[in-house]
Amino acid sequence: MKQIAVVATNTFREAVRDRVLYNLIVFALLLVGASLLVGVVSIGIERLVLINLGLTAIWLFGIVIAIFIGIGLVSKEIEKRTLYTVLSRPVRRWQFVFGKYCGLLGTLAVNTSCMAVGFFVALFCLTRHFQRADAWLLVAIYFVVLQFAIVTALALLFSSFSTSLESAVYAFLLFVIGTFSEDLRSFAQAAHGAVRVVATMAAYLVPNLAALNVILPVAHGQPLPGSLVLYNTLYAGLYSAAAIAGAVLILERRDLK
Amino acid sequence: MSAIETSALTKSYRTGFWRMAEKCALQPLTLAVEEGEVFGYLGPNGAGKSTTLKLLMGLIFPSGGRAKILGMEIDDPRVKAQIGFLPEQPYFYDYLTARELLEYYARLSSVPARERRRRIEAVLSRVGLAEAAGVQLRKYSKGMLQRAGIAQAIVHEPRVVFLDEPMSGLDPIGRREVRDLIQQLKEEGKTVFFSTHILADAEALCDRVAVLHRGQLRGVEVVADLSRRMSGKVELVWQGSAAVPAIQALGAEIHATGETIRAVLAERQLDAALDALRGQGARLTSLTPVRVTLEEYFLERLESPPVRGAGLEVQELAGPPSSRGEGAR
Repeated sequence: MKQIAVVATNTFREAVRDRVLYNLIVFALLLVGASLLVGVVSIGIERLVLINLGLTAIWLFGIVIAIFIGIGLVSKEIEKRTLYTVLSRPVRRWQFVFGKYCGLLGTLAVNTSCMAVGFFVALFCLTRHFQRADAWLLVAIYFVVLQFAIVTALALLFSSFSTSLESAVYAFLLFVIGTFSEDLRSFAQAAHGAVRVVATMAAYLVPNLAALNVILPVAHGQPLPGSLVLYNTLYAGLYSAAAIAGAVLILERRDLK
Repeated sequence: MSAIETSALTKSYRTGFWRMAEKCALQPLTLAVEEGEVFGYLGPNGAGKSTTLKLLMGLIFPSGGRAKILGMEIDDPRVKAQIGFLPEQPYFYDYLTARELLEYYARLSSVPARERRRRIEAVLSRVGLAEAAGVQLRKYSKGMLQRAGIAQAIVHEPRVVFLDEPMSGLDPIGRREVRDLIQQLKEEGKTVFFSTHILADAEALCDRVAVLHRGQLRGVEVVADLSRRMSGKVELVWQGSAAVPAIQALGAEIHATGETIRAVLAERQLDAALDALRGQGARLTSLTPVRVTLEEYFLERLESPPVRGAGLEVQELAGPPSSRGEGAR
């Protein structure tokens, strides 16, 4: 456990000292600010526009950070041989993988918190008050973090057997397919024969990120069922665990040439 | 108990598009290194030196055979707390300072918090990085990075230190500093196993050396014995060039610097050579038996057939077969 915490802390420190990360955060905050501006000029739907644009900015930039840093979590350590000196210590490979994951997820959670504060400040500036339905915005942000957990785990999985560039391509493709997974499910239901079998399998294999995206309903002030929070949390936890287990299995057998 | 023992340790890789061809990177290696020894692992590039070190560090898995460090199987987690490793051309987290880097590795090695600060400062001073300890590694020169690498390998005070080409790419001053560090480790009773292709360093530092070529162990020798061993040749130095043709006729290698002539010839030709010098009235400056150098030994071993435990302190490793063989993986 101690080793996992040490690796996680170092991963967090690496991300925090990466200038690119700050550029992304500043850009995301600017976008939240811009949505405030757009909200002001959108007569009658200011609040809707601000929430939509603000949460989408947090979601999109978090995903970019998760993929951008996640793809290098293991492959960069192998390419630069920093892993050699770590694994010559009393550190198991699974501890290293899990430590890297926790470190990046922690970074994303802190970043999202910062951007969420910026978002709520912008919302307050526009509306001058918070309403009861705004609590669902926190749930939407929580679901965004669950998406980060899945995408980071997938980036880590790809990073354990391919180069950074290949990992980026795989992770981005899965993210896009996962975002439109509801369409894939609809297609599977409408298809017949072998196509239906393949499409159904694909629909269950790719991450169901669509179910974790509730930006639109909360922007319209719709309440979310409590069970959704439970199911989404379980789903994200299990999916991430499976991806991390895959990364561990691959790395445990891999020769670090 | 030996510090390092390998028994028929083997590594081969599958290569080619279909991964059907097999390339043997290390042929069955059996060798033992005693505690407190400085052991040089010599060989040209591609000989299998780094492969051996990676096998011992658990970075790659053996295709056959087994290895023990300090009497424990190499996959035993307790081993890792007792060893330090400097990889070839190391790269470290360049966003960290040297002090943070050592803190990281000391924590990974479970160095107690109350001990950590003292050890880190001591090691930084020892490798000459005390003043640059707060500077990020991305601003370090190659020599400084190598010293930081050695510092991370010894910060937890391991009993066995593995160094892969520690002098590679260093300038003469840097090489000297690394040599001094290895010498200090020896004085502290640590076992040092280092690979190199710089023979002068091995000759100056090692108690014993092993020569590896094309993945095969070609020989193991005590360095002190090498310097005592005669090559069957003598070196003559004299003044005056008149005797050169006569000495050359005896099959000697001649090197002339002005009036000073140096010749190396077979010991059995010594009497004839001295007669020739006397006959020409040359003034003999020195007569020295030629000793075997590590370089000569190294070159001779490269040409020789592989050895299987000959001249080694070979022991049968106790315990069940290693679970890290290719079959288990």
